Amino acid sequence: MTPVGQGAVWTVLLVPILLGGLALGGASFARVLDARADGRRVTGAVLAAPLSATGRLLVQQRRAVVASDRLLARTGVVLVPVAAVLAALVVPWGNVAASDLSVGIVWFNAMEVVTWAALWMAGWGTNSVWGLVGGYRFVVQGLSYELPHMFALITVATGAGSLRVSDVVAAQDGLWFVVWMPVAFAAFLISALALSFAGPFDTATGRDVAGGVLAEHSGVDRLLLLAGRWLLLAAAAAMAVALFLGGGSGPLLPTWLWTVLKSAAVLGLLVWLRSRTATLRMDRFVEVGWMVLIPLTLLQALVVAVVVLR
Amino acid sequence: MAEAVIFWVCAAGAVATGVAVFRVDSMARATFALLASFVFAATPLLLLGLSYLGVLVILMMIMEMVVMAIFMIMLMMNPAGLMPMSMVHNRRGSLAIAVGTFVVLGAGVLLVDWPQRAGTPPEDVTFALGEALMGSHMLVMLVIGLGLFATIVSAVVLAHPRGRYDRFGDDLRGRPADDPIRGGVGR
Repeated sequence: MTPVGQGAVWTVLLVPILLGGLALGGASFARVLDARADGRRVTGAVLAAPLSATGRLLVQQRRAVVASDRLLARTGVVLVPVAAVLAALVVPWGNVAASDLSVGIVWFNAMEVVTWAALWMAGWGTNSVWGLVGGYRFVVQGLSYELPHMFALITVATGAGSLRVSDVVAAQDGLWFVVWMPVAFAAFLISALALSFAGPFDTATGRDVAGGVLAEHSGVDRLLLLAGRWLLLAAAAAMAVALFLGGGSGPLLPTWLWTVLKSAAVLGLLVWLRSRTATLRMDRFVEVGWMVLIPLTLLQALVVAVVVLR
Repeated sequence: MAEAVIFWVCAAGAVATGVAVFRVDSMARATFALLASFVFAATPLLLLGLSYLGVLVILMMIMEMVVMAIFMIMLMMNPAGLMPMSMVHNRRGSLAIAVGTFVVLGAGVLLVDWPQRAGTPPEDVTFALGEALMGSHMLVMLVIGLGLFATIVSAVVLAHPRGRYDRFGDDLRGRPADDPIRGGVGR
């Protein structure tokens, strides 16, 4: 397999398009799963539901509560999709990465943590108790998933001996990291759902708080939050492929196609998990994160470190 | 040229958002103005080629300031933070300290006889940093790490209203623990 290289400057423009396509596919698949769970027939309207929802939100009027902090709310809303696209800059598609930074893994982590601030601002700024509760819930969630997530990333970097994502892909030439880092892979998938406040980790936008962060957002604001959530999930799925599933390596097909296929498969798995699991309360997940996931991911990092040093 | 532009934008941005911390009337805005100031201050690290340190500072500052926002709103001044408020206290004293610090540091920049660079920067600065932290400076870093960790644990122990006798009863034999919020691992 040809090694991953730094792409031309214009490839940066491809990132939002590819990520958007992946996210749209994921959103459509989620609608299909929902329809099947409800016993409805899967029609073209179900498949196109994310697109029609986008159109509806684009023409919907924005409303705002009295004395809402619009600056913070809008900043937060815009930052969610922006963070997802920035995080995806370091993900290699085939053997081209839009931005093959020497510290790509840390960059991905930093950009995905922007969601913490963004969601809190989006919740706080609406001057609504539901948004406020949702924003605080996401911070609690962040404190629970972030350390296992970081240890999973550190494990990968230790295994590859580099923070550069292209080196990580190259290091999996013989053996994919998922084979000897299964715990890190599982922790990464869990945190992928958690960082995009999806599935069991959707208490920040939970129905019990009338939509939480989403409660008072309408029109374009709501669209950006919902799209940003799918973009984050897609970015995490694509990153999982580069970090654990050998990137674009595979027989017969070209590398870019393997990347797309694997990313779609991981995203499909995440969406399936999202629709098959019940919402997990934050006060419960905190203990799971700190008492179960952190020790497990630390052990995984230790095993990988010992293997690398031997 | 581009580097100079980025540096000056970041410098002006860091000062402007730093000023904003004391001008806005909401604790939430003050917190995020401070975060913006930190991010502006971290970007010049990237210009110096210290990509790991630069990105790490941005990462840590975001996490830190989001947690900080919660504490600032919880503990400082008006509880909800939505009412008009001021970040300024002891106007004259702090003004004197601020001006004095600026003058001392500014004079230092101009008056100190800075040494010339000896040697060249290493090929991979991230690797060199790791080697320094894990090699010659390991003892210092370990002591600092343990000190910080001990501080966190003791602060939580001191601040927490419930101790083990509340959780496990007077003879410490009560199982499962009597917690106001049950955890997620079934204890």
